[in-house]
Amino acid sequence: MSTIVAARPSLEARISPVFRFAMLLPGGLVTFFLILFALGLVIFLAFRSNDGSLLGAGLTAANFVTVATDPLYWTVTLRSLVIAGLVTLATVVTAYPVAYYLAFHAGRHRNLLLFLVTLPFWTSYLLRVFAWKIVLAYNGVLNSAFIESGLWSEPTLAFLNTPAAVVVTLAHAYAPFAILPIYVALDTIPKSLLEAASDLGARPFTSFRRVVLPNSMPGVLAAALVVFVPTVGDYVTPAMVGGPASTMIGTLIQSQFGKANDWPFGAALSVCVMLVILCVILVARGADRRFGSRT
Amino acid sequence: MSSARTDTNAGGRWLGFYVLAYLVFLYLPILLIPLFSFNDSIQAAFPLQGFTLGWYETLYGNPALSGALANSLVIGVVAASGATLCGITVSYMDLYGSSPLAATISAVARLPILIPGVIVGISLLILVNLIGLGPSRVAIVLGHILVALPTTVVVMRSRFAAIPKTIREAALDLGASDWTTFRRVMLPLSLPAVLSAFMLAFLTSFDEFIVVFFLAGTEPTLPLYIWSQLRFPRSLPTVMALGTVILTVSFIIAALAEILRHRGLGAARRNPA
Repeated sequence: MSTIVAARPSLEARISPVFRFAMLLPGGLVTFFLILFALGLVIFLAFRSNDGSLLGAGLTAANFVTVATDPLYWTVTLRSLVIAGLVTLATVVTAYPVAYYLAFHAGRHRNLLLFLVTLPFWTSYLLRVFAWKIVLAYNGVLNSAFIESGLWSEPTLAFLNTPAAVVVTLAHAYAPFAILPIYVALDTIPKSLLEAASDLGARPFTSFRRVVLPNSMPGVLAAALVVFVPTVGDYVTPAMVGGPASTMIGTLIQSQFGKANDWPFGAALSVCVMLVILCVILVARGADRRFGSRT
Repeated sequence: MSSARTDTNAGGRWLGFYVLAYLVFLYLPILLIPLFSFNDSIQAAFPLQGFTLGWYETLYGNPALSGALANSLVIGVVAASGATLCGITVSYMDLYGSSPLAATISAVARLPILIPGVIVGISLLILVNLIGLGPSRVAIVLGHILVALPTTVVVMRSRFAAIPKTIREAALDLGASDWTTFRRVMLPLSLPAVLSAFMLAFLTSFDEFIVVFFLAGTEPTLPLYIWSQLRFPRSLPTVMALGTVILTVSFIIAALAEILRHRGLGAARRNPA
């Protein structure tokens, strides 16, 4: 992108101030006011104590002390990380072969397949989760199908209201997120690299392991990030299919702004989630560099 | 070389089966919703109990449902317009504005991807209460502009970047002002992408639940209406009929957006910018 900007400095310098202002205004308002200012409010509120007013009172770290000392929050945070980690692993590992096929084997069907794998992304997330509820329910699709086929005689409660149900549902709901970044990374690998590997005597598996996989790591890490972020903060899926044993950190935040009505504490929990995500991003960045990213 | 070719073909066939299985996994749970919406039973379970259109009839003459639908449509159109406007201007200035501010705005505009929806929701809830707006339809519109913004920026940015830069330079060299170049040259060339971005933003808003949950006042949107009905087992078939309609409309809009996004990109690819 920098080449476009740098190529004709004389043209860019001519941009009129009025045009520049008008064009920067809508995006500027949204990004600075709705994103940065709103996030700043969350951080500010996290350091206040709850006195029932909108922005709380005083200046305190008590919210963070509670988060750090109450084992409940450690348990729930750990559970959220494990669930989101499993979902990320499952989505990325299952998506990789699909992206690989799209990049190297799909031929003239490529655009159709790309469309088919991204289409669910544009359908209602709530409905996709709801679909799993009717699949896993006690008198639901899976149980009734097994009984109908004579495999089981009694419906089992083992599907719904378990952390496993949350993992499966989230992995399905966020599956389309993972394919595209991996596909883009695979698609931009120069075909000459693969030919060179094969000409130099590398067997298909060796050239995959030594050439394709390292070169696609930026896409894999991007995919992991776009799956991990929404899942770690999710509260809908735990509520629909998870039951009480699957309470996640998003559930706690939601209840602080609802029933529990302690906004400063909810803000502190949100800040903790953002810090966790920041750590994950930094780890992903470091890994990206280690794998010799070309981006 | 020929042996390597057969290897890849055999591997490709196995991968093809895998992709097929993956697509089945992706679509099967979703397709259960239409399947059971025609099933003459209050429970979503096998064996199927016979065909009925009765659940679709329950959708008619339901004031709460039609109110939620009207809300969702209005909010979707307004939020999509806002998000598309921001997406166009942010990506245009990012590519051609040559200012650090424009680049910063473009980077921040894509930030919501890295923030869980629940935090976007509560941060806006605090904000709209602070400015005295409170949970309302306007608040939902603001939230949905934010949620749809990364999509519109990415769609518009790739489209603008695909237009050969000589076209814009020619317009400027021939004396067209920035505004004329933008309105008469760049915008018409990217019109399919504008429509595509608008439709995808509309879909994002129309189906959005995680953020709207915090920002809705007394007038719910369609996903909130569905959520409120999920508590009642008796209304599950109605939800499935409604879900089938929503899924069908979403599929059609997404397909149109995809066709529009690809239209004209072929010509741009032959002269990569």
